[in-house]
Amino acid sequence: MSAPIAPLNAKKNPNAGVFDGIGLWLLSPSWIVIGVFLLLPVFMMLIFSFLTKEFRGGVIWEPTLAAYDQFLFDRGLFGDEPPTIEWTYITIFARSIWQAALATLFCLIIGFPTAYYIATRSARSRSVWLFLITIPYWVNLLIRTVSMKFLIRDTGPLNQFLMSTGVIDSPIHIVNTNFAVQLGLFYSYLPFMVLPIYAAVERYNFALSEAAWDLYADRWTTLRKILIPVVKPGIIAGCILVFVPSLGAFLAPDLLGGAKTFMIGSLIEEQFKGNAGNWPFGAAASMILLSMVLIVLMFYARQQTRAQAGAR
Amino acid sequence: MTDSSPLALEVSHAVKIYGALPNAVKALNDVSIDVANNEFFTLLGPSGCGKTTLLRMIAGFETITEGSIRLFGENIENLPANKRPVNTVFQQYALFPHMTVLQNVAFGLTMLGKSDREANGIATRMLDMVQLGEFSNRKPTQLSGGQQQRVALARALAPSPKLLLLDEPLSALDLKLRHAMRVELKQIQEELGITFIFVTHDQEEALTMSDRIAVMSNGELQQIGTGREIYEEPKNKFVADFIGETNLLTTQVESIQGANAVCVVGNHTPLECASAGGISIGDTGIISIRPERITLTKPGSDATGSNLTGTVKRFIYLGTDTQCMVELDDGTEIHVRVQNAHDSATDFDVGERASIKIDQGAARLLVN
Repeated sequence: MSAPIAPLNAKKNPNAGVFDGIGLWLLSPSWIVIGVFLLLPVFMMLIFSFLTKEFRGGVIWEPTLAAYDQFLFDRGLFGDEPPTIEWTYITIFARSIWQAALATLFCLIIGFPTAYYIATRSARSRSVWLFLITIPYWVNLLIRTVSMKFLIRDTGPLNQFLMSTGVIDSPIHIVNTNFAVQLGLFYSYLPFMVLPIYAAVERYNFALSEAAWDLYADRWTTLRKILIPVVKPGIIAGCILVFVPSLGAFLAPDLLGGAKTFMIGSLIEEQFKGNAGNWPFGAAASMILLSMVLIVLMFYARQQTRAQAGAR
Repeated sequence: MTDSSPLALEVSHAVKIYGALPNAVKALNDVSIDVANNEFFTLLGPSGCGKTTLLRMIAGFETITEGSIRLFGENIENLPANKRPVNTVFQQYALFPHMTVLQNVAFGLTMLGKSDREANGIATRMLDMVQLGEFSNRKPTQLSGGQQQRVALARALAPSPKLLLLDEPLSALDLKLRHAMRVELKQIQEELGITFIFVTHDQEEALTMSDRIAVMSNGELQQIGTGREIYEEPKNKFVADFIGETNLLTTQVESIQGANAVCVVGNHTPLECASAGGISIGDTGIISIRPERITLTKPGSDATGSNLTGTVKRFIYLGTDTQCMVELDDGTEIHVRVQNAHDSATDFDVGERASIKIDQGAARLLVN
């Protein structure tokens, strides 16, 4: 705001009016949605994680750190031995992070060229491509994951095809391997990589590439030094959108993997399903997962602010 | 143009066809231009005339369908853009948004293999030249349009190209800034001694800056010449109409006197017209008369005794000038421009009869 007008209309923040008087009331639907659907469930899980487990599922309202203790320490069968580090769950977490990171990487490797290809088509074929990308999403993820299993199992069409063409003599065991889980995650979340990158490349001004080319950069350098840095927000958004759900995924590891490919998502799911579960333990695992996701997002947010500060 | 030094740029018989045969579009049809070293050469024409296509072809962004492009005697039409010692100032500047101003300007130098120190040194000098030295650490988005334009210019000039291409670089600026940049661009060009090829649709811009202008229309070259030549001796109706304002009157050649033709205008008034030659008696043609070369006088007061008369229809006040619309006795309407310094035009009332005098040599007969 320019100085001469300031005395008449001395508002520092042009949005300040939104947060007082009637503005606050008009915002109430947003607050209710955020409160009921976001804050309340997370808060409940946080409380649950500090409560005592009920054997047929549910919780007893007695505060304890047992769930976190169980996650981190092994105190023997009867809980009377000196605590040692419990590796089971840490291993599951490490494996989940590794699998999610790998899925993110593969989605990026395949998703970036795909998004670039779509974004550089004519307006009409672009919408056809986007439609094709989203079509599988009209089918339930469970169904898609099961059909993936049918495709890759020992007697499935993939192995039958490879055997009939003589590439292999006996079926390759794909189901119940890390590779199968990887394939499932990749298949489930690829569009989440493609769409944000597509949006970024579509907005990209190709005159920038021409300018770089004009200034003696070859195509590879132009990609590396101009296109990728400029569309980076789209790439990061895609990576987060793939990494976060992959980390908590349970359908792909459950259906395509086996005991050796157990991931956090399945671990949590097991604690809440049926009567055999351990709600506080599931809640604690969720909280640990949530903390990890938040750390990743905070890292991203800090990068964004730094990039914006650089632009200011 | 001296014969001893090679031409900066020779485009010969350039043809550009987009698309495959049934739907092929000819964007350029047999265009040839020669540009001398250190020349400020402008490609002028309305949008879609092929001027940008020609520029992009010289830059290497478009392939040439037929013909050749030579830069200081060397054929470059098969070189990719990043191998041509030619740089471009883009219409919307196309500055790299994630780099600082300095990094933008140093980019081309780094790509040419210069060390960071050397590249930054040259880039800093370039930014000082365009008076943006203090902005070197800013991002392009933090600069005004005019400043971004200077960065784009500095970036394109930093690698010392043999030829600088400018694609309507001033069109995004406001009027005042545009006028200031015209002068500055011309000064920079003269200082650095780099050949400039400038694309614009703005004839005033072309006239103020260019050593020579190539007027283009429909993918074809209409005329090449200095600003004065294309303004005062337009070769055809398109050029006469596109450059400045003009009155175009359809006529017939009555007789020929040397290089001049005598034609009839108005109600059988003979008018001597300069022509490019190649005409014979009886030809129909078009006469172009610039509105500022016509004067209005009170009927009968003119000593030279012009028989061309008409009725004053309307005045349009334009600040420095007043434009009068006059209907000739045969119904044709012509525009007359009178400087407001001498107030002869305002002597007339709307509806008054006026005698029309056309300056010696101001009428030009155009074939087609």
